[in-house]
This record gives sequence, structure tokens and C-alpha cells, in this order.
Amino acid sequence: MATAFFVIVAFMLIVYSVLDGFDLGVGAIHWLVGHTREERRVVISAIGPVWDGNEVWLIAAGGTLYFAFPALYASSFSGFYLPLTMVLWLLMLRGISIEVRSHVNDPLWHGLYDFVFTLSGALLTIFLGAALGNVIRGVPLNADGYFFEPLWTNFRITGRVGILDWYTLLIGLMSFVTLANHGAHWLALKTEEPLRERARRLGARLWWLVAILTVVGFFATVWVRPIILESYLTPGWGWLIPVVALGGLGGMALFGARQKDLAAFISSSLYIAGMLGGVAFGMYPTLLPATTDPAYSLTVANSATGAYGLRVGLIWWIFSALLVIGYFCYVYWMFRHRVNVAAGASH
Amino acid sequence: MDSALVVDRLQFAFTITYHYLFPQLTMGLALLILVLKTVAIRTGDDRYNDSARFWARIFGINFVFGVVTGIPMEFQFGTNWAAFSRYAGGVIGQTLAMEGMFAFFLESAFLGLFLFGERRLGPRGHWVAAFLVFLGSWLSGYFIVVTDAWMQHPVAHQVMPDGSVQLSSFAALLGNPWGLWQYAHTMSGAAITGSVVMASVGAFYVLSGRAAEHGRLFLKVGVIAGLAFSILQLFPTGDRQGKMVAEYQPVTLAAMEAVFTTGPGVPLVIIGQPNMSDRSMDNAISVPNMLSFLTYRRWDATVQGLDAFPTDTWPDNVPLLYYAYHIMVGLGTIMIAILVVSTLLLLRGKLATSRWMLWMLMLMLPFPYIANTAGWLTAEIGRQPWLVYGLMRTSNGISPEVSAGNGLFTLLGFMGMYTILTILFLFLIYREIEHGPAKPAPSVAY
Ligand code: HDD
Ligand code: HEM
Ligand code: HEM
Repeated sequence: MATAFFVIVAFMLIVYSVLDGFDLGVGAIHWLVGHTREERRVVISAIGPVWDGNEVWLIAAGGTLYFAFPALYASSFSGFYLPLTMVLWLLMLRGISIEVRSHVNDPLWHGLYDFVFTLSGALLTIFLGAALGNVIRGVPLNADGYFFEPLWTNFRITGRVGILDWYTLLIGLMSFVTLANHGAHWLALKTEEPLRERARRLGARLWWLVAILTVVGFFATVWVRPIILESYLTPGWGWLIPVVALGGLGGMALFGARQKDLAAFISSSLYIAGMLGGVAFGMYPTLLPATTDPAYSLTVANSATGAYGLRVGLIWWIFSALLVIGYFCYVYWMFRHRVNVAAGASH
Repeated sequence: MDSALVVDRLQFAFTITYHYLFPQLTMGLALLILVLKTVAIRTGDDRYNDSARFWARIFGINFVFGVVTGIPMEFQFGTNWAAFSRYAGGVIGQTLAMEGMFAFFLESAFLGLFLFGERRLGPRGHWVAAFLVFLGSWLSGYFIVVTDAWMQHPVAHQVMPDGSVQLSSFAALLGNPWGLWQYAHTMSGAAITGSVVMASVGAFYVLSGRAAEHGRLFLKVGVIAGLAFSILQLFPTGDRQGKMVAEYQPVTLAAMEAVFTTGPGVPLVIIGQPNMSDRSMDNAISVPNMLSFLTYRRWDATVQGLDAFPTDTWPDNVPLLYYAYHIMVGLGTIMIAILVVSTLLLLRGKLATSRWMLWMLMLMLPFPYIANTAGWLTAEIGRQPWLVYGLMRTSNGISPEVSAGNGLFTLLGFMGMYTILTILFLFLIYREIEHGPAKPAPSVAY
């Protein structure tokens, strides 16, 4: 039963990364794709109707994690106290900058919120990647299951570690590049010339970085936590996940070159899902490894709540997830058209 | 007291109090906008549609601030209250997760369509979108109130071998009797905020002579709904909440009323200052035997005073609790009085010309906000020294590894951030009110 919730939480976080990932990525490349005030408005309107719903995946995943694995929630949220609080502030700034920009029609006002939007989007992609890096590398859990990490120490992955070290920074960078690329594919899909052309070109260039970082990231991860690789060596269906990721990577290049924007965006989504799914599969059943003593690691078994709670949780979760999928299909369908400069001419 | 505890409590209190300034208006307006839309469809009167659009714009701005200040709330359970989360997450996490899955997704999916899709959806489709937004916001109120209700009156749990609690009955958690009355009272309080804000803006438009026609409509809807909900607020919901407290948290009741000594025929203090060193009431003006009657419906019933309980179970700030409670009830009474008189004037067709009454309605704007905040202060301070009533003390709930200095840093950060948000919010709302309900809204969403 706890395993079912491991899958559910991993699924929700992956959906979050794919959906809010393109919002954040759009933020990160906002200035590169939109050159004029009007173009930047169009860039924002390409995510305007969906960003809040996408962000709810994070809140809902947090809530699900909270009741299914309370010990993990307690330990990781208090241990990552400072970076998480900064993530919060950035999320707040991002939301405000999207929603407040259109209320006043003035170049300075727009400039301010464009800046905040880009900065918060870019920083969030790095922070979220670094957080993932921390979970892979492990944290200094004590016997009570708590820890507290400083922002950085000596950038090594052993000894007294901090949130940032060479490995977590690498994953942060990887997340930044991947999501910027993902955002470019979304803009290619949602906008018209000249924005579409710029987004496509940016995506094609970023692809090389994504590919290089995938290789580097793979070796670094195997070096930092060899057990991830071992999970794939035992027979089973696990090898399918990296195949999805690689397929996504190849698909991006292939469809990107043929200007099939939807297929390229889906490939990018599959790449992200495959990469994150691969990590989740490799880590199972560990949720948060301890760098202090492996016995202190938080696992599916030692941090789940009781069986009854998980059982009812599963029932309503499935029901609500079906509803949510329904809403998302409806909203994305209503918002299927490309956005363009002309539509906003009245402003 | 350990200073990390003080900082964590202050941060939670500050951020949640600030957050709740927004949802109370969202939830109240969601209902009133639905009423306006319904009347518009029934009568075909376009002023109701204009009004619904105007309030939808206010709603939209308010919603954004509610969303961005809501996210920190969920995170804080983990960041600052880790021991509490580890202990109770298996129970309260259920309802928090349900809030996300059932309420926030619904609200966020349909809000955009409701705000910007009127032309595409047509009148009926747009009504449905308004209804779904209303449903989402009232559902989120329900899940969050049941969560709080479990902390006030923990039901449906079982202690696990490691000392934490887990859920033992889903139905009992959702049907917690404390939660049902608390929900009714909280929602009615939110509806009062929506109504009073509407009436107050209406009074402003009539007094200032701009948009007077829409102003009169706002006055009508706001005053009538406000009267209905402010009566519901007192009876039955407030009364029943009081009975819950008397039954399950008698020491809290004693502290709310600052009754220091147990006895029969206890008076109700209307005005007075609790004096903690003498354990008595300074300058009390009171109604004899009233408290006994209100609580037990008998004039000579015995009411337990604080002396009946060990001091380490007293709420840790009795005067603040007493003031908060009396401010809520006092403002509730004043609002009923103002709204009764306004309704009488409205029925006689004289409200729009009674300038003194319009001034009063306009200046009443802060009352429901103060009363709602004071009400939550009563509930949360009244629960002290418990974090989960009778089960876990607040002092045992904080994150063991987070130091006071880190907590202070983030608390100050939130204060700075929220100061800027406040300025921004007031600026945007001012522009909407200045713009007024009559002209069509600019059509660009982003
Ligand atoms: C417009 C807002 C408003 C107004 C006018 C009132 N209340 Fe209230 N009250 C609330 C808004 C509120 C609230 C914010 O909704 C609270 C806080 C927590 C809760 O459950 O509801 C609350 C809590 C609350 C509690 C519970 C305290 C606890 O849990 O320890 C009681 C006993 C009352 N109220 C009673 C009353 C009475 C007798 C009123 C007489 C008019 C009244 N309230 C007016
Ligand atoms: C369902 C929602 C709520 C939950 C689960 C909740 C939970 C908590 C928690 C964990 C604390 C910290 C521990 C403590 O000091 O008691 C707290 C304190 C507090 N909360 Fe709530 N709360 C909720 C709603 C609210 C609302 C809406 C308000 C106000 C608008 C509020 C006001 C406060 C205040 C003022 C404190 C500080 C009390 C003190 O330290 O003496 N709460 N609450
Ligand atoms: C500890 C307590 C609380 C937590 C954890 C919390 C959490 C949140 C979160 C995460 C959001 C943003 C949702 C989104 O992105 O759409 C939000 C908004 C909202 N919250 Fe809270 N909240 C708390 C207290 C309350 C209380 C006490 C109420 C009402 C009684 C409430 C009602 C709402 C509503 C209606 C919204 C929608 C946005 C808005 O209307 O402004 N919340 N809350």
C-alpha cells in the first residue's frame, strides 16, 4: 500500500515538473524570445490561463506526501528550511508578476514585472533541480530522523554537506537547461511568428546542452549513488524508463528539426518524465538516504502512515484524480489555439 | 519560553492571519457573484451582469493574493512544525491533500474561464463556471476548517507504536461535530465580509455620486445578504460554537469570558479588563446571571471558572483571548444593529438618501475583517497550550533542528514581502474601484 503512494507521489511530482516545468521554462527564456513589450505580453499569455492549475500539482503532491509519508515531510521540509522558504518567496513573486503585469499599461511597470518573472522562473528551475540533487545525494539524517543543512559548505559530496555542492549544482543546471528547453518547445507550440521561429531556434540550440548534460548527469549520479544503477541491473521492466527518456531526447531533435511542434513538446515531456521516473525507480524503496548512517535513511516502510489511512486515501485519490484529468483536458482544449500579437491589439 | 517556539508561533500566526484576509472575501464574493448572475439570467437586467463583472474583477485580484499567500501555509507545517507533522500528518494530511485535489484544482481550472470566458461560454455556461468557482472556494473552506477542527477536537485517531497518530475513521474525521458548526460559522463570517464590502463600496458610489445606479444595487444586495448572514452568525452558528467550547474545552470558555472563580449564577461581562495578578476583573460592567443562562439555559447554573483547572492547562494568554472574543462578539452585535436599520430604510426606499447611514455603511468596511481575525485568534489562542487538544502541547510541535535565528530571518522576510504585497493589493483595488462598474472591462487578460 505504501508503495502505491510512492508511485502516486512520484507521478504527481512528475506531472508537476512537466506542466509547471514549461511555465518556469517560459519564464527563464522570456527575455530571449520576446523582444518588445507586446511580444513579452504574448509570451505570458501563452501560460496565463494554465499556470495556476499547473502549480496546484505541487500543492496537491505536497499534501499527498504529507499524509502518506508524514515522517518524510517533517524531516525534509524542516531540513531544507532556508532553500524551501526561498522557493516559496520565488513562487509568490512569480505568481504576482504574471497576474499583476496586465493591470497597468505602462512600459516601466511591464519592465519591472518582466524582470521579476524571468528572474523567479530561472531561479526556481535551479532550486528545484538542486533539491532533487540533495534527495539523490542524501542528507545528514540523525537518529531521530531530522537534519538541518546549511546553504553550502565546501561543495564536496561527503562530510558536512550543504544544500549546494558540485553535484547538486550540476543537477540544478541540468534542470535549468532542461526546463528552458521545455519552455521553448511550449512557446513554439503556442505562438506565431516571429516568436515561434525564435523559440524553435532556441530549442534547437539548447538541445545540445541537454544532451551533453544528460550524459554528464548520468555518470555523476552513478558516481554519487551507485545503487541507482544497480536497480536497473536486476531483471524486470525497469529498463523501459531510460528508454522513454532517451526516446524523448531523440524525439526532440527529430521533431524539432521537422518543425512538428506538438510532437517535439511531447518528446520533451517524455524526456522529463523518463529522467525523473528513472530516478524514482532507482531510489525505491528509499525516500531520503542518510549520509550519516544508512540505517537512518527514510524509506517507504519506515515513514508511511497506517494502513487504514492509506487505503481510504487511495480510494478518494483515484476518484479525485479522474476529476482533475477531466478539468485539465477541458481547460487545455478551451485553450488550444495559438496566441498572437494581434489578439491583444486593443490593449 | 524557548525563543524558537515564540518565533515559530509568531510566524504561523502572522502568515495565516494575513492569508485569511483574502479567502474570506473570495468565499463571500463567490456566493454573491453567483446571486448576481442568477438574478441577471432570471430578469435579463443588464445592471446585474455589469455588477457581476465588476465584482469578478475585484475577486480576481483578491484571488491572486489568496493563492500566493496560501502556499506558505502548507509548507510551514513541514518547515516549522516538523514534530507536529510527524505526529499528526497521517490524519490532518488527509484533509489537506483533499483540499488540493478536490478544491484547488477545481477553482484554478474554472476561474480563468469565469473571468475571461464570458463571451465564449454564453450566459448559461458562464453561470456554470461561476458556480464551479463558488463550489471550489467553499470546498476549500470546508477541508481546511475540518483540519483545524481536528486540532481543536481530535476524533477518529489511533496511536501507532512509534507514538504518532493515524486515522481510524474517515467518516468521523469529515463529520467531526466541532467541524460542522465551525464550518457553518466560518462560512457565514466570510459571507458577511463579502456583503459588507459590497454594501460599503455601494455606499461610496452613491455618496460620491459616481456610478450611483450600480451603487444602489450593491447596497441592496449587500445590506440584505449582510443582515441575513450576520444573524446566522450569532444564531445558531455562534451560539452552537460556544456550546462546543463549553462542552469540550471548558477551560477555554472560562478564559474567553475571564471567569476566574467557579460558582452558580455567573454574570456576563460586557466590558472589563482581566487582571491576571489579582485574578479578577477590573472595571467590569456586567449582566447578572447571564453567562450561566447563555451556556446552560438556566439562570443559576454553575459555570466552571479558571480556578477549577490546573494552571498549566490555561490558555497562555488569557487577556488577549478575552479581548479577541469580546471584539468579535461586540462587532457582530454592532453589525447586526447597523444592518437592521439599513434594511428598514431600504425597505422604505430611503436608504440611498440617508447620508448618515451611507457614511456608516461605508466606514463599516473593516469590521468584518476585524471580527473574522479576532474569531480565529479566539479559536487558536483558546486552544493553547495544546497544539492538538489534549494530545500534543504546542511546545512539543516545533521543528527540532530549526534554530530561532533562522525562524526570525524568515519571519522578517515574510513581513517585508507582505508589506509590499499589501501596497500592491491596495493600489490595484483602488484602480478597479476608481474605474467603476459601468464601463466595459478591458478585454485583455494578460
Ligand atoms: C464576521 C465574523 C464573525 C462574527 C461577527 C462573529 N464571529 Fe464567531 N468566529 C468567527 C467569525 C465571526 C470565525 C472567524 O469564523 C471563527 C474563528 C474560528 C472559527 O471556527 O470561526 C469564530 C469563532 C467563534 C467561536 C469559537 C471559538 C473557539 O473555537 O474557541 C465562538 C464561540 C464564536 N465564534 C461565537 C460567536 C458569537 C456568539 C458571535 C456573536 C455575534 C460571533 N461569534 C460573531
Ligand atoms: C484550518 C486552518 C488552520 C490550521 C490547521 C491552523 C493551525 C495552527 C498551528 C499549527 C498553529 C501553531 C501552533 C500554535 O501556536 O498553536 C496555529 C497557531 C495560530 N493560528 Fe491557526 N490554524 C488554522 C487556521 C487559522 C486561521 C484562519 C487563523 C487566523 C486568521 C489562525 C490563527 C492562528 C494564530 C493567531 C495562531 C497563534 C496562536 C498562538 O501562538 O497563541 N489559524 N494554528
Ligand atoms: C493552515 C491553513 C491553510 C493552508 C495550509 C492553506 C493553503 C492554501 C493554499 C496552498 C492556497 C492556494 C491554492 C491555489 O493555488 O489555488 C490557498 C488558497 C485559499 N485558501 Fe487557504 N490555507 C489555509 C487556511 C485557510 C482558511 C482557514 C481558509 C478558509 C476558511 C482558506 C481558504 C482558502 C481559499 C478559499 C483559497 C483560494 C484562494 C483565495 O480564495 O484567495 N485557507 N490556501
